[in-house]
Amino acid sequence: MSIQISCPHCGKRPIEEFTYGEIPRVPDHITDPDARNVDRVFMYTNPAGVQTERWFHLYGCRRWLTVRRDTRDNQMSE
Amino acid sequence: MNEFQEQKINLTWREPKRSYDVVIVGGGGHGLAAAYYLATRHGITNVAVLERNYIGSGNSGRNTTIIRANYGIPESVKFYQRSVDLYQSLEAETDRWIMHKQKGLINIAHNEAGLRTERARAAVNVAFGSKTDFITSAEVKKLCPQIDLSGGGEYPVLGASYHHSGSTARHDRVVWAYAEGAMRRGVDVHQRISVTGMLKEGHKVTGVQTTAGPISAKVVMSAVGGQVTQLADMAGVRLPIRSHPLQAFVTNHYSLSFEPILASPALLFYVSQTARGEMLMGAEIDRQPSYSYGTGHHLLQTTSYRAITLLPFLRDLRILRQWTGVCDMSPDYSPIMGFTGVEGFVITSGWGTWGFKGIPASGEQMAELIATGKIPELIAPFALDRFARDRTMADRGSAGTH
Ligand SMILES: Cc1cc2nc3c(=O)[nH]c(=O)nc-3n(C[C@H](O)[C@H](O)[C@H](O)COP(=O)(O)OP(=O)(O)OC[C@H]3O[C@@H](n4cnc5c(N)ncnc54)[C@H](O)[C@@H]3O)c2cc1C
Ligand SMILES: [Zn+2]
Repeated sequence: MSIQISCPHCGKRPIEEFTYGEIPRVPDHITDPDARNVDRVFMYTNPAGVQTERWFHLYGCRRWLTVRRDTRDNQMSE
Repeated sequence: MNEFQEQKINLTWREPKRSYDVVIVGGGGHGLAAAYYLATRHGITNVAVLERNYIGSGNSGRNTTIIRANYGIPESVKFYQRSVDLYQSLEAETDRWIMHKQKGLINIAHNEAGLRTERARAAVNVAFGSKTDFITSAEVKKLCPQIDLSGGGEYPVLGASYHHSGSTARHDRVVWAYAEGAMRRGVDVHQRISVTGMLKEGHKVTGVQTTAGPISAKVVMSAVGGQVTQLADMAGVRLPIRSHPLQAFVTNHYSLSFEPILASPALLFYVSQTARGEMLMGAEIDRQPSYSYGTGHHLLQTTSYRAITLLPFLRDLRILRQWTGVCDMSPDYSPIMGFTGVEGFVITSGWGTWGFKGIPASGEQMAELIATGKIPELIAPFALDRFARDRTMADRGSAGTH
């Protein structure tokens, strides 16, 4: 079975109905404004673990939702 | 050389030393090829390759083995053509049968935009040293009699680019050939040793911390595939990489021969026949960044649908096996090779879903970079600092997922 995402409006739906939206996180230790811009545009934290992310229910209610997902096994938590 | 003449592969395992000139993290194709070329081209043999699992256990043993140079930008055509050339002579050079087979690759156009792309591809390939022709749909049918030129009425075949040197090779044999060649010349390969941190003097990397204790090195090279973000983080380097799973699958035996490699960029799907006669297929990456090796039914469903659209005979076959690799995806769909801004730490990364073909050239060029301390011309465009300099090497339409 495919991975399920819990939509507050539609309930558990297959991941294929959604599009992924990243929340960019520029680390605080980068202080130079140009370096922060480069990081904001190109760099990723790409964690192996739980991250907070946004998903858009494209083929559903067309609303954004926030999900916490463990990138190692795709387990979702609220 | 053939299977009957071939001798048993000869890998000599040794105990790890406490210090090396070069430590390469990751025993996939890229790490082992770099070790091989350091030893054979530069006489640098005080080298260790550290692999947390067994060699070839990463994407180098999970890919669909397509080798080609039909990219869309000059820098990539030149780089990948070098790799295609090195692959062609690898059996003679290593005296190992890697089952290299030239098949020709058909890249299909289904609409006007596709026709323009494939014509442009052929032109840029020829201009920069690779062999690709634009061909008509009748010629496609001649090269691949099984194809339905109407594309099920939905995806008509209007023409294609034909890349003559498109080929395949047995992936783990490539890994073993490089490992054996390197080890025979004195390189150490250590399996089941994981790198867990960097040894540092200030910002400079002076070695690695491992599950078998610290090992010092003048240069540390990362060649860890999908795990590169974690490794670079240990050295204090941020990367434009996201890890995405890519799945592939094979069918049972197809009793006729299917000669070419067939790809449809519009349908995001490609297929070739393995030496055992199975039909090997791949499609797009999983949409969410993830380190999961899980497989899903959705991919089988959508890919089979696309495959049958072009090749109706596939409907009579059955799916035998499905698997996943975790790919280091770069935002411009081009690799990242070279210095990182941290002294003593170099990378070969961003190999994503397309890096099997790049193994020989990346190994050769990274070995030169380490041996000379200078950036070879061929890989200069692929440096990590291209993002900060706004010189990305965008070529998504050519990367495909193979
Ligand atoms: C399904 C699939 C199909 C593909 N098809 C094609 C194709 O047709 N053509 C093509 O050109 N490319 C293809 N690719 C891409 C290709 O497989 C990869 O780009 C290539 O194999 C990358 O090689 P590598 O040596 O960089 O990484 P890997 O082979 O993944 O090797 C990295 C190694 O590093 C080890 N490692 C990780 N972390 C550590 C650590 N901390 N310490 C020690 N060791 C560590 C891992 O265990 C692994 O063995 C495909 C990929 C997949 C998944
Ligand atoms: Zn919804």
